Amino acid sequence: MFGLEKRDANLLIAVGALVLLAPIFLNPFPEGSALAQFNAGYPDLMQRFVIFGIFAIGFNILFGLTGYLSFGHAAFLGAGSYAGVWMLKLLTINVIPAIVISTLVAGVFALIIGFISLRRSGIYFSILTLAFAQMSFALAASVLTPITGGETGLQTALDDPRILDAANESRNIPAPSLFGLHMNDSAQLAVGDWLWTFNVGYYVAGIVMLAAFYVAIRIFRSPFGMMLRAIKSNQQRLNYTGLNTRPYMLACFVISGMYAGLAGGLMVSMDPLAGAERMQWTASGEVVLMTILGGVGTLIGPVLGAGLIKYFENIFSKINDNLLHQWFSFLPQGLEDFVVTIIHPFIGKGWHLTLGLMFMAVIIFLPGGLVELGQRASKLFKKRNPPQTGGQKEPAE
Amino acid sequence: MGILEIKDVGKRFGGLQALCDVNLSVAENTCHAIIGPNGAGKSTLLNCLIGKLMPDSGSVMFDGKSVLGRSPYEINQLGISRVFQTPEIFGDLSVLENMMIPIFATRDGSFSMDAMSNVMSQKDIAEAADKMLSEMNMLDKRNMQAASLSRGDKRRLEIGMCLSQNPRLLLLDEPTAGMARADTNNTIDLLNEIKQERDITIAIIEHDMHVVFSLADRITVLAQGTPLVEDVPEKIKGHPKVKEAYLGETH
Amino acid sequence: MDQIILQILNGLDKGSAYALIALGLTLIFGTLGVVNFAHGALFMIGAFCAVTLSRILSLSHVVLDETKKDFLGKPLKVEVPYANDWFGPELGGAIIDWAVPLSILFAIPVMILIGVIMERGLIKHFYKRPHADQILVTFGLAIVLQEIIKYYFGANQIPTPAPEAFVGSFDFGALIGLDSGKVIYPYWRILYFCFAMLLIGLVFAFLQFTTFGMVVRAGMADRETVGMLGINIDRRFTIMFGIAAAVAGLAGVMYTPINPPNYHMGMDFLVISFVVVVVGGMGSLPGAVLAGLLLGILESFASVREVIEFLPGINQVVIYLAAIVILLTRPRGLMGRKGVMED
Repeated sequence: MFGLEKRDANLLIAVGALVLLAPIFLNPFPEGSALAQFNAGYPDLMQRFVIFGIFAIGFNILFGLTGYLSFGHAAFLGAGSYAGVWMLKLLTINVIPAIVISTLVAGVFALIIGFISLRRSGIYFSILTLAFAQMSFALAASVLTPITGGETGLQTALDDPRILDAANESRNIPAPSLFGLHMNDSAQLAVGDWLWTFNVGYYVAGIVMLAAFYVAIRIFRSPFGMMLRAIKSNQQRLNYTGLNTRPYMLACFVISGMYAGLAGGLMVSMDPLAGAERMQWTASGEVVLMTILGGVGTLIGPVLGAGLIKYFENIFSKINDNLLHQWFSFLPQGLEDFVVTIIHPFIGKGWHLTLGLMFMAVIIFLPGGLVELGQRASKLFKKRNPPQTGGQKEPAE
Repeated sequence: MGILEIKDVGKRFGGLQALCDVNLSVAENTCHAIIGPNGAGKSTLLNCLIGKLMPDSGSVMFDGKSVLGRSPYEINQLGISRVFQTPEIFGDLSVLENMMIPIFATRDGSFSMDAMSNVMSQKDIAEAADKMLSEMNMLDKRNMQAASLSRGDKRRLEIGMCLSQNPRLLLLDEPTAGMARADTNNTIDLLNEIKQERDITIAIIEHDMHVVFSLADRITVLAQGTPLVEDVPEKIKGHPKVKEAYLGETH
Repeated sequence: MDQIILQILNGLDKGSAYALIALGLTLIFGTLGVVNFAHGALFMIGAFCAVTLSRILSLSHVVLDETKKDFLGKPLKVEVPYANDWFGPELGGAIIDWAVPLSILFAIPVMILIGVIMERGLIKHFYKRPHADQILVTFGLAIVLQEIIKYYFGANQIPTPAPEAFVGSFDFGALIGLDSGKVIYPYWRILYFCFAMLLIGLVFAFLQFTTFGMVVRAGMADRETVGMLGINIDRRFTIMFGIAAAVAGLAGVMYTPINPPNYHMGMDFLVISFVVVVVGGMGSLPGAVLAGLLLGILESFASVREVIEFLPGINQVVIYLAAIVILLTRPRGLMGRKGVMED
């Protein structure tokens, strides 16, 4: 189906179902209950899940397939964001030009940076990309202020030309929309105590993510993807097999950069504000964390990793001492305080610490990330059941 | 006029004259061996043939075209395939994928932006790969990860990958170095088979006399950067100059 | 003329901090073959050693001072550091004043310990893994370390002043016959530069003149052969890691009066230090020092008003620009050796 093998088609359908139903199952706790604060089914967060998912899928096409570790990928996300806001300002408040142009702009940007950075490999490549990203960040925050809005950032304004749109009569800055559907519009559905929010922007971003995921599957299974994996495996052999690695790497880098730009374009389509900090190397580090936590080189891993980190950032960070005291109130008083004190540094504002530890644990023990964890668990599960017949050893998903 | 013509090649590293006036002609559809004691300049000569080193003087022509200054992939596209001292394969990929990559390279050239079709749906490539694998007696291992093959199988796979491109010249660099006797003999048999069944020129750089004498149609002995003698194996065996070069080295 | 001298001087202190961090990075990379992204965190921990010691020294208790009254006429509560009780007000005050230099003594054992624990506990297991894995795991470690510091010290910058004797500036211009007041330079920055040079000198002397250093240098050149000679190279490398950690830590300790430490200063310095290492040449110790100083000076030249007017924003990007140019024209860096990290 869709030109995919059965296994991949099933994966795509499963991810599609998850994306469509996310507003429901991300809100497992009834409204007003004590656990309702762990509901992740609100538009802002769900948008971030899928948008960072796209970013991580794109990063994984580069790092997962070729093993080239870019530490400057946020530069493309930032470039895409700026291009997107400019489209929303100059052309039209419709998000489609913004999304398309940000992808293209990031692609051109990646072409330039890639052309230079890919002259070197290994750690030198990482440092070159890092240097370029830091340079872009510094320039965006200072000299390029007329284009980037400097440290305050770039946003839409009332008096923007928007040449394709009708004159703006109202006194409000228009919200980004898709042929009249506003990105921040939501429909709410209450079923019993549960409240589900279906947001336009989320579904636009979700559908784009599914398309991006589909393209990534096709790339992974294509001859092009195979050559990229061959680059990671043995670049020397590939050269002596008559293949020129340079254009392969450059094409891969540009595709990966375009994914980042697409994510940037979607980001400003949801909230038309782009700031320089989006390009900083910590932002590049974040996508590295996502991809590796989820499972580098796997199809679904980056999406899982992006979801996990964004969930942590937004939900896990809300846990505070009061809540912990509630949870451990069954313990005797002294023990309760002790447990809360032990856990305290890891929760709330300390979620970065937990994240760092988790990340290290994954690198040390689980190089395949969450996906490998799942595979190991299912193997353990299968062992307890009667042995299955046949089953070729397949390369990791 | 041979298919590979090396003319007046010289290479100097600082004070060391690694190659000096090397003239060599490899005739089409023969197996030509280049032997010599350690330090004779075999590796330097090889590196000049494959674009890794630029000689200071002279020319290297393959089928009328210069190979000097070309990158490895261009040299391969000219029709030269290379087998390495230690088997170089794509360890993370399956045996089948290993075999498909060179076939893709032959069909589509040095770069093809085919990012949307499925690898396995390209029937002609898959069939060619399977055919080559069965020629190498490896069809049963087609789904194994290449890194998990035995050393001998890795060597077979690498040779198969080179042959799948139908090269006009197969370049072997000490193909049996570090191999057990049985594996060495298997490799010799395989190469002899290839020689008989295909129209292919083989150039082999080797240290091991046993390998050379079982394969080569013609032998060039290299010593101190210059060709000492060139002749058929029978004549090389008892040649006084060759003995001198080898014995001189051991003393 | 005075501008040029001033900028060279300005570049030296930052440049020597870059040089010290880059020196440690290179030592670790050269000996252990590990790319350590947590090295900036060690610099940051060093700075917080100074903060910790100055806090310990100024631990105080409250006493009622009968000689002073507050506006209600009650005796004023004043905090008296324990140091004053133990050593008398003068010596005690001096000890507190000199907290930063004293931290050097405190930081050396702490940093060596941290370095050894890091190497034995984590880095050791990554010798044989690819560089990308090393980068990633040390990147994770850096996050963990800076979060721990943030937990205990908060997210804000913590001012940690230099001893009073070093407050003020030295009129460098007058010394070389320029108008006085043209080229002035804070005492502490002079001290920092001298300290850095001394430290670099010590490291080089250690590597050059001791048997231990000889083995390490041999190990940098050819690890396998040295291992085959039956020398326990691993233990020496652990010690080397400790030394590199101490160098980074001391660079941090002394840097606190110049730049009040915060938890992410390590990362900020790390990015540039990596650029420095690459510019200097991966695996070359003199290269790291030279590149550190050069880039520091380059950065301060780019901050001159005339230059910025001519090339806006150049001060922000000059280091990265230099790195890109160097990497593309001299892939091995300024003083890199053949065969190190080439692929």
